[in-house]
Amino acid sequence: MSWEKKTVFLERRAYRQRRFADGARMLPLFGAALFFIPLLWSLADDKVTLTSYVMSFVFVAWVGLIIISAFVSSKLPKDMPDAASPKDE
Amino acid sequence: MATLNVLIIVSLLYVVLLFTVAFAADRAALHGRGAWLRSPWVYTLSLSIYCTAWTFYGAVGYAARSGLEYLTIYLGPTLVMIGWWWMLRKMVRIGRSQRITSIADLISSRYGKSNLLAVFVTLLAVIGTTPYIALQLQSVTLSFAAFAEADPDAGVLNSPYTALWVALGLALFTILFGTRNLDANERHHGVVMAIALEAVVKLFALLAVGVFVVWGLAGGIDETFARIDASEIARWDVPGSRWVGLTLLSAAAFLCLPRMFQVLVVENEDESHLRTASWAFPAYLMLMSLFVVPIAAIGLDLMPKGSNPDLFVLTLPLQEGREGLAILSFLGGFSSATSMVIVAAIALSTMLSNHVVMPIWLRMTGNMAVMSGDVRQVALLARRLSIAGVVLLGYVYLQLSSGGAALAAIGLVSFAGVAQLLPAMLGGIFWRGATRSGAMTGLLVGFAIWLYALFLPSFGASVIISQDVMDHGPAGIGWLRPRALFGAEGMDPLVHAVMWSMVLNTFSFILVSVLTFPKPLERLQGAQFVNVFQHSATTGSWTGGLAQSEDLLLMSQRILGPTEAQAFFTNAAAHQGLSGYLPEPSPDFLQQLERELSGSVGGATAHAMISQIVGGATVSVQDLMAVADETAQIMEYSSQLETKSQELARTARQLRVANKKLTQISDQKDTFLSQISHELRTPMTSIRAFSEILRDSDGISEADTSRYSSIIHDEAVRLTRLLDDLLDLSVLENGQVVLNTEKGSLSALLERSISAAGGEKGTLDIRNIQPEKDIVVTTDLDRLAQVFINLITNARKYCDAKEPVLTITSSRNGGDVVIDFIDNGSGIPADMHAVVFEKFSRISHSRVGGAGLGLAICSEIMTRLGGHVGVVPAQEGTAFRVTLPDSATTSGAKTIA
Repeated sequence: MSWEKKTVFLERRAYRQRRFADGARMLPLFGAALFFIPLLWSLADDKVTLTSYVMSFVFVAWVGLIIISAFVSSKLPKDMPDAASPKDE
Repeated sequence: MATLNVLIIVSLLYVVLLFTVAFAADRAALHGRGAWLRSPWVYTLSLSIYCTAWTFYGAVGYAARSGLEYLTIYLGPTLVMIGWWWMLRKMVRIGRSQRITSIADLISSRYGKSNLLAVFVTLLAVIGTTPYIALQLQSVTLSFAAFAEADPDAGVLNSPYTALWVALGLALFTILFGTRNLDANERHHGVVMAIALEAVVKLFALLAVGVFVVWGLAGGIDETFARIDASEIARWDVPGSRWVGLTLLSAAAFLCLPRMFQVLVVENEDESHLRTASWAFPAYLMLMSLFVVPIAAIGLDLMPKGSNPDLFVLTLPLQEGREGLAILSFLGGFSSATSMVIVAAIALSTMLSNHVVMPIWLRMTGNMAVMSGDVRQVALLARRLSIAGVVLLGYVYLQLSSGGAALAAIGLVSFAGVAQLLPAMLGGIFWRGATRSGAMTGLLVGFAIWLYALFLPSFGASVIISQDVMDHGPAGIGWLRPRALFGAEGMDPLVHAVMWSMVLNTFSFILVSVLTFPKPLERLQGAQFVNVFQHSATTGSWTGGLAQSEDLLLMSQRILGPTEAQAFFTNAAAHQGLSGYLPEPSPDFLQQLERELSGSVGGATAHAMISQIVGGATVSVQDLMAVADETAQIMEYSSQLETKSQELARTARQLRVANKKLTQISDQKDTFLSQISHELRTPMTSIRAFSEILRDSDGISEADTSRYSSIIHDEAVRLTRLLDDLLDLSVLENGQVVLNTEKGSLSALLERSISAAGGEKGTLDIRNIQPEKDIVVTTDLDRLAQVFINLITNARKYCDAKEPVLTITSSRNGGDVVIDFIDNGSGIPADMHAVVFEKFSRISHSRVGGAGLGLAICSEIMTRLGGHVGVVPAQEGTAFRVTLPDSATTSGAKTIA
């Protein structure tokens, strides 16, 4: 428990950093969804999905994730007290 | 062609280079040079030990067999890395603040520094890692053999011994650079630098082979794609369960593998390195897997049927006559294998020595740990022997399993084994309710299922588990079949085992955690871990009353080394404001010391060692009682404070009333002073004026003389009366009055007073109502009459009714005699009730004169007579009540004697 009183609202910069932290937490879920997309293509039995096609997709998605991650990570605050305190926004 | 000889020379040179780099890095770190050693890039590259020889060679083989499925092994860690903010950041913070030395240490520390749990995790890690080490040794042997095959005059080199030589070399390297310092929490700069170099080599080698295959053999990107589409693996037909399951499994293993924990958490120099690694490491993984499918497809196309696809990376260049590239490729594979073995050996040896060897040694020596033996040397020796043991265990495993195809499949089996640690670890970090019993149960259940459904069957049918059990279950119980637990038939064996082990592991972990109650230390550690971002500093406190600083120093010297220990103690002493080596064994100091020691021998052992000396667990019943006692004291104190503050409020209220009264009195005094001077001045002025006329004027008539003289006389009498009053009051107040007590009739006394007061017949109508039976009082009758006269005169002076009436009533109230004087005027305002009996008090300034001494004199007299005079509120006019006590009265017809 923290004894100091936490502020309920934050100024613009800290607010933005919080939202980037939220985004950073969502990123793996987004990535997982992206990587699981090719599974949907093989649902239809009559259609043949090519390895090369899936490979291109996965690698493009991969590069995209890396770029997003690099961007988000650079925006994250240097020292944030708690990853899991959504109470003070 | 002396390819093999060249290879041997190049390999030896490469090994020398690695030793040199490690040595240089260690030296640079020792001398405080080399900030680049602590760069996030080195950290990122050191993570590449995830890509072992299984990746370097195996991925291509995997792709040749199952198409794109190999990607899942890299997608999982990618997801973990880009989600660093959520999980890794917390792990690293905990690792740093608790000085965690291994994943076993993390789990044991979280669950109350339980050594049993640590031993179990260590066991699991050893079982999961040994086959993996064997796999690395095998890959080196195989790649070496591939060269030997291509070289016609390579009869001298006996390949079975290659693995042994490699194992010995690795053990030597690891012991040299991995146990340089005992503090496992310190960074192994030499090792990290060497594996960073190896990371570059293996990436470069794989990319070089890839580029050669795509542009050299296939002739371009489009042609490569065409070749892939034409190959056996052209169809995307990975089962969904495997694609998802393996991605999640590799993500879990990435967090739980002892070697990954070592580089991710223990060797982490700075939390912010994760920021770079979060995208750079996924990029590394992406590049590592980029050319795998092209190499596999073209290998399948070009290589003769039946050749091992696991070695395409090496054999493709060899077949095409690119020996340089082949040697580079060999170095890449060699790097992958060696870096994995080195880090895994360090991680496992730390666990083994801290959680198995040291506790046993401590128990055997008992309290002797304090008195004799060099713990430092013992710990170092334990770690070195553990390293050698782990590497040799891998070698022995390789020999026993005879390097069959079973070994190739061991990668994923091993992943599934260590993934069993995930629920206990995640639960420990994010859920305060997780308990030791829960973690232990979950691990046992998960481990048992993994063993039964995956690990033992992986040796092949009838090796350990008989074919009969595989087909029909133990004792014919169908739903216990290892590959179809609970009737889950038709699933992929790996996904099946992972699913059941993880589900039941997690379920039993949560269930038992909910049902059991944690020990105090577990709860403390749980709060420390889960809320690590709120307080990165404190753990459970020691009660150091019995601890001997000297014993502690003695012990610490053996573990940390004399110089470091003395420096640590001197600092602590200086911090406490003491000089010399020995600080007070305060809880803070003991806690710091425990953490310092746990960096060397692990949390559980450090805890046990300090408790040997201090002689008490961190949280004893006494501690808790003391805490409870303190709380009770605080509560009592606060209730006392509350009472006091109420008292203060009451006193303040009283003081305010008193102050108001004082202010009023002060005002009255001022008014009186001006009044009294006026009262004195008026007669004095007349006296002076008329006496001057008498003295200075001649021929004043007799009548005038007489008139003037009488005026002077009257004024003098007035003055005398005023002065008499003042004198009277002062006498009464000083208690110097002598009472002349006698018996008398009250009615007679009242009649006398009325006539005395009514000297100048005015308009006041006095009604004297007396009871039939006369009341006899025994008191100073003259003084009592003075009071009556005063009250009647007051009524005469101040009653403002048109037809003023004063009613005097006498009665008996219990034993007391009560005489009321009630007029029909406007009365005295309520706020004046308190001051009306004070000296000099005058209700109104404008009205008939008077010094304001009358009522004060009355009050004083009544006090002397043992009675009381007061204002009766809420009457039609002014109402005074004189009360005489019982002793002063007697009923009866006796009259004045």
